[in-house]
Amino acid sequence: MSSGLLFAIVGCLLFVFGLGGVILLDHLLRRILAFNLMGSGTFLVLVGLAQRDGTPDPVPQAMVLTGIVVAVAATALALALARRLHTGASNPPPPANPTCRDDRHA
Amino acid sequence: MPDDLFDPLVWLILLPILWAVLTFLPGPGRGAVVAIVSLCLQLGCAVRLTADIIAHGARTHLAGGWPAPLGIPLAADGLAAAMLVLTQAVGLAVALYARSYFRDGSSLWFWPLTGFLFAGMNGLFLSGDLFNLYVTLELVGLAAVGLVANGGKAEQAAAALRYLMASLIGSGAYLFGVALVYGACGTVALDHLAGMISAPVPPALWLAFALMAAGLLLKTALFPLHYWLPPAHGDAPAPVSALLSALVVKASFYLFLRLWLGPFACLVALAPMLAWLPALLGSAAVLYGSWMAIRAERLKMLIAYSTVAQLGYLFLIFPVFGGGALALQAGLLHATAHGTAKAAMFIAAGTLIRVGENDSVRGMAGVANQLPVTLFAFALAGVSLMGLPPSGGFLAKWLLIDAALSSGQLWIAVVAITGGLLASVYIFRVLHLAFRVPDGREELRPRPVPAAMEWTALLLATASVGLGLFAMPLFALLERVGT
Repeated sequence: MSSGLLFAIVGCLLFVFGLGGVILLDHLLRRILAFNLMGSGTFLVLVGLAQRDGTPDPVPQAMVLTGIVVAVAATALALALARRLHTGASNPPPPANPTCRDDRHA
Repeated sequence: MPDDLFDPLVWLILLPILWAVLTFLPGPGRGAVVAIVSLCLQLGCAVRLTADIIAHGARTHLAGGWPAPLGIPLAADGLAAAMLVLTQAVGLAVALYARSYFRDGSSLWFWPLTGFLFAGMNGLFLSGDLFNLYVTLELVGLAAVGLVANGGKAEQAAAALRYLMASLIGSGAYLFGVALVYGACGTVALDHLAGMISAPVPPALWLAFALMAAGLLLKTALFPLHYWLPPAHGDAPAPVSALLSALVVKASFYLFLRLWLGPFACLVALAPMLAWLPALLGSAAVLYGSWMAIRAERLKMLIAYSTVAQLGYLFLIFPVFGGGALALQAGLLHATAHGTAKAAMFIAAGTLIRVGENDSVRGMAGVANQLPVTLFAFALAGVSLMGLPPSGGFLAKWLLIDAALSSGQLWIAVVAITGGLLASVYIFRVLHLAFRVPDGREELRPRPVPAAMEWTALLLATASVGLGLFAMPLFALLERVGT
């Protein structure tokens, strides 16, 4: 078995675990982590499947880099929403002139 | 090269990013004028591109001059041009409305987020590369979730989080499909793929097709994957609901249609039964969505469930593609008519709710006297949703029924007609109340609201009805569709 295929199979497994986690878990933070696991699995498949005869292919590597940026942005948004949900309805909308003051207290 | 510098293809993506950043800088609640001016320019670009395509056929542009394997090809054909014009036109009308709606300073980050939303959607219509399509899909999803959460209320945050999770699962499945396609074919450029995929198809591509289709159906909220849509569209501020219901769900549908007709056409030809799945789910969506709209307590929930039902129609076209151009014409016309009608309906509802200070369907009693123009816009949009002649909704249904009958699929025609009848039940439920003067209240007088809030709704609703009379230019564009 080539290393590329091994990467792809592990990636498939990670994707399935992650997908199961996002759908089945209750805890919000765990779901967000599961989504990241799903993404990592996909990236492994991208890099693994494209490795023909042991020579790396630069195009999927560039895609993975872009994918990581997107995943980080999505995770940040999910965490911000989870935090807002956690602090509840009493949390006022962001102030008119945002300073990061309320982060420092948190 | 001056030609490249003023290429509308590029500016349709650059302009919204530019105004998103410009409106972000002065702080929350600012930037309406910049956005509106820029949307006017974008509409100009889209119209110029459309004229170009009608005259000379499909256009391509290599971003940065890099050829396909490494660079990102941008491509525009008739279908993309039609969606672009629809998006910019509805966007402009909603922006004019939003400027008055958010006078109270509650817009917060509405303008920058909307800018990114338009950049994402325009990029999605123009990308000719599966991976870049993923990035635009994600950009649309994140901006849309941000818009839902923008109000800052707890229930909006909950709806946004549910929407975000659905959106991430959808695009995650899509990206896994892209990885498999790259592994099997070594390219993600749409025009290369169309020629490369042929029988016998490797199992990896079948899996890729299944994952990408499932992810996009989740993002398009096809029954039973619609669970995230009613709270997200029903709880957001009215201009946001209008953008989400009219445009955002159409973007993922467009991509689904593109894949179906383009790279995966060979898989569909090998297994024609596949076309039944979206159509069966679509019929269920038409019936279930209409039923839930009839039972809805809140006006915006009624409209959101109506979106679930109307999205179902879009998927009825898949089994009848054999019947020539009719199916595609019906699909595009329905997407356009529904886009304009639903935007009109949501912003009209926003005015009705704000003036009546009551968001329940029962609270609409007597609004006919208070807001005649807005209610007329609501009713006119309803005419198109029900499919009464001569509206765009009517012509779309007519073409669909024609295509269904000529390919012997009687049940599709039955679903289309039943859906129209059910739609008339939930529309007339609102109109019936609107004309009743509630007991114990004095005679209701017209209430002053900004003209922009009333007339934008009426304009969009009129456009939706007018599409039935002037659909020929739209169909001329479809003759310029590449696969």
